Amino acid sequence: MASAAQTIERNKPEDSGNVVVRFAGDSGDGMQLTGGQFTLSTALAGNDLATFPDFPAEIRAPQGTLFGVSAFQINFGSRAIRTAGDAPDVLVAMNPAALKTNLADLVEGGLIIADSGSFSDRNLSKAGYDENPLEDGSLAKWQLLSLDMSQMTLDAVKPFGLGNKEALRCKNMWTLGLALWLFDRSRQPIVDWLNAKFAKNPVIAEANIAALNAGHAYGETAELGVGFAPRSLDAAPAAPGLYRTITGAEAISLGLVAGAKLAKLPMFFGGYPITPASAILHHLSRLKQFGVTTFQAEDEIAAIGAAIGASYAGSLGVTSSSGPGIALKGEAMGLAFITELPLVIVNSQRGGPSTGLPTKTEQSDLYQAVYGRNGDAPLPVIAVRSPSDAFECAIEACRIATRFMTPVMLLTDGYIANAAEPWKIPDVSDFDEFPVEFYTAAPGEGEKFNPYQRDEKLARPWVKPGTPGLMHRIGGIEKSSSSGNIDYSPANHQAMTDIRAQKVLNVADDIPDQEIELGDATDTLALVGWGSTYGPIHQAVNRAREKGQSVAQIHIRHIWPLPKNLGELLKGFDKILVPEMNKGQLKTVLRDQYLVDAQPLNKVSGQPFRIREIEAAIDEALDG
Amino acid sequence: MNDMTPVETTLKDWETDQEVRWCPGCGDYAILKAVQRTMPDLGADPANTVFISGIGCSSRFPYYMETYGFHTIHGRAPTVATGVKLANPDLDVWIVTGDGDGLSIGGNHTMHVLRRNLDCQILLFNNEIYGLTKGQYSPTSRSGTRSPSTPFGSVDRPISPCAFALGSGARFIARGIDVHKNLGNTFKEAHAHRGASFIEIFQNCIVYNEDVFEDFVNKKTAPETQVWAVHGEPLLFANGEKGLALDADTLELKVVKVIDRDWQGAGVMIHDQTNRSLAMLLVQMPFGEFPMALGTLYNDPAPTFDAAVMAQNAAASEGKDANLQALISQGQTWTVE
Repeated sequence: MASAAQTIERNKPEDSGNVVVRFAGDSGDGMQLTGGQFTLSTALAGNDLATFPDFPAEIRAPQGTLFGVSAFQINFGSRAIRTAGDAPDVLVAMNPAALKTNLADLVEGGLIIADSGSFSDRNLSKAGYDENPLEDGSLAKWQLLSLDMSQMTLDAVKPFGLGNKEALRCKNMWTLGLALWLFDRSRQPIVDWLNAKFAKNPVIAEANIAALNAGHAYGETAELGVGFAPRSLDAAPAAPGLYRTITGAEAISLGLVAGAKLAKLPMFFGGYPITPASAILHHLSRLKQFGVTTFQAEDEIAAIGAAIGASYAGSLGVTSSSGPGIALKGEAMGLAFITELPLVIVNSQRGGPSTGLPTKTEQSDLYQAVYGRNGDAPLPVIAVRSPSDAFECAIEACRIATRFMTPVMLLTDGYIANAAEPWKIPDVSDFDEFPVEFYTAAPGEGEKFNPYQRDEKLARPWVKPGTPGLMHRIGGIEKSSSSGNIDYSPANHQAMTDIRAQKVLNVADDIPDQEIELGDATDTLALVGWGSTYGPIHQAVNRAREKGQSVAQIHIRHIWPLPKNLGELLKGFDKILVPEMNKGQLKTVLRDQYLVDAQPLNKVSGQPFRIREIEAAIDEALDG
Repeated sequence: MNDMTPVETTLKDWETDQEVRWCPGCGDYAILKAVQRTMPDLGADPANTVFISGIGCSSRFPYYMETYGFHTIHGRAPTVATGVKLANPDLDVWIVTGDGDGLSIGGNHTMHVLRRNLDCQILLFNNEIYGLTKGQYSPTSRSGTRSPSTPFGSVDRPISPCAFALGSGARFIARGIDVHKNLGNTFKEAHAHRGASFIEIFQNCIVYNEDVFEDFVNKKTAPETQVWAVHGEPLLFANGEKGLALDADTLELKVVKVIDRDWQGAGVMIHDQTNRSLAMLLVQMPFGEFPMALGTLYNDPAPTFDAAVMAQNAAASEGKDANLQALISQGQTWTVE
């Protein structure tokens, strides 16, 4: 058990050349906005980055409370960044509650920037502090920068004549100004953004800019002492090209638009508001010029029902939700499966079961995706690993749905949906088109069209209502494989069930072989992951390999059907460890499919894995 | 229904080769025939017509129509119909549902398809019972209905389908009887109405709820028990000897006697199918004390959902370049050399 000592020794979450900053405050303090704008300025400075927004489910939780704390963490640096960082080097705490809930994560010797103006007796007591931690010496193992940011913000915006409450709303910009100074970032993109955001209310824009400048000027002029000099990180090495930052929800939306375009189909999106999936509905509702129709339905079932109807009528039907909503859509997914209509179902997973943790991340819907319907109803399942991966995965889902005439489940999660990272903007002409050809050949005299005739991949023809001579009936009740009429006969149900399952398995012929991300097929231990755990697994395996450990990383995009070579690949390792943010769901599938001794590494705290947690598990697996 | 070029067809063109599998004597046969007979009169095109149903006896309907058809899942036909119509507004969409399918498990969707005013025809076969699951009481069953699930009689009060539809914002409400000759006319009026047309059809389930509507469908007593609403005509029944008048004190309808055909003198109201208040009074008349109001009770078109969606899609796209490369390159970007 060498792991414990190593973990303590390394107080930096990743190798040097990166910094982790966490902004934490009340849910009304604008921390997500501050973090988002800091992210933009960081990206523009050429650093690689990853972010982790972590906020409560309540929109405006009672002020000053521990459960109302909203935080935004960013890890940025001059080298490749794969995670939002294990532990912050810098904690910006806007009130006592923010300090209390986040302090334990801060690295030893790290920097605390606290707004002393909000450390009132009342706020201290709400956070459960008997003494003011800024004054009682309890923060001695960290560097403390205690500033009355509230008062300095009020002073800075005084010329604009705002009320006290409105003036204090500019506090997050003061903080951002200081952070920009600390990391030698340009203020101009933020100024531009403020001017655009408050174009209709220039006084507010001016006040915010004044606060931003004041925070920056404070850093420049106050003699903060050793250790507070501005830090400039070099740009991270990156492939040449045009970049932007992108969140998972944006990338899924853009990927769906691209997928529909590559299929040469209009897109119909049925959605119902649910956290954290709603952002996709919001993005797509603004893209009507791309042939996108969005429909906010009366419930989750109506959202998928309408998407199925639209697919039946010749559009690419798409629906999206999170775990509880996906459960409601289950019966309709079965309908799309048995009627063999293309459909993309996006599941932005969140902590479950039931309402669970609406704003926290988890990967616990893999069973629901792979097994979660009545009857034998396998669907192709694709898992997104990061915001920038989401674009390609969404296109892949559209391709498989239309090529195989099947619903496809696209798994993402709350972390990917909200997190941002730099994205090298692809050239859309690099993607192969997969234009859909609707079936229009009317049967000859005395012949009858069979909607369940099949091509070489076992896909059935897609006939749009309105096509002359091809009128036919489909439905959720079993149909004859030879005529399409209702047929309950034993042999037919056996045949149709077998065909539908085989059709989905045929997708495996149409996807790439599984590759090894890091290491070799001859290594001792394989870490097999899926989805948003990619980053921490990657970094942990990287470090383990640097230490000379024989460990490889395999990260699966196609959860169902699995890549054809995966079984052979896994059998080459002595040990298999499957880190997942659930109680062991991919592990079950791997054991079932390949009879391999896959061991689980599970975390269901609503927080992503830390690199050191996975490193420790690697040490244990190799020692054991 | 939307504008369309009339197509010449005959009854035969609308019949499938499928063996109809309802119980012999079921009211569904008569409704099927009435629809098939009406389609040629509408000039409808089988290739452009879609029948969409949920689950239940009535929902087998699409298999017997030589059109496009989708037998979906319990209660969800309006949702699938919404997607079909938004994806292709040129299609002529018919929804077939029942009292359990449309008012119990699918009540939410019925409400929303009506309030949105999707251009479609909704045929709700009301037999006041769950037939396909062997006879349990339904949301339209009268209190005290004995069934396998309510051996001591149901204790909940029934819903009035037409009052529900009106309350949901429907712009076309009609009532018909499975075996009545007027059913085809009601279908024609419903089809001519642009927007969601809601038709409650009293349908006799001969196995589990036989003759439950006998009180008012019996031909012998029909003159006394049925009042047929005809736009612009007085609301008369009992061979013109009785009529419906407004009781100004209670703001309810009342039955008045008409002497010597002087219905004006008796204060009988003229049916105005665009009068929503009158429609509500007609659909809520308690049967027994009043006759059953039948025919087109309300017909006042309003803009349709599908047209509004198409118009907004067009307006929001106007002058915008659908350049995907430009779209994905939006926001603040930077170049790595």
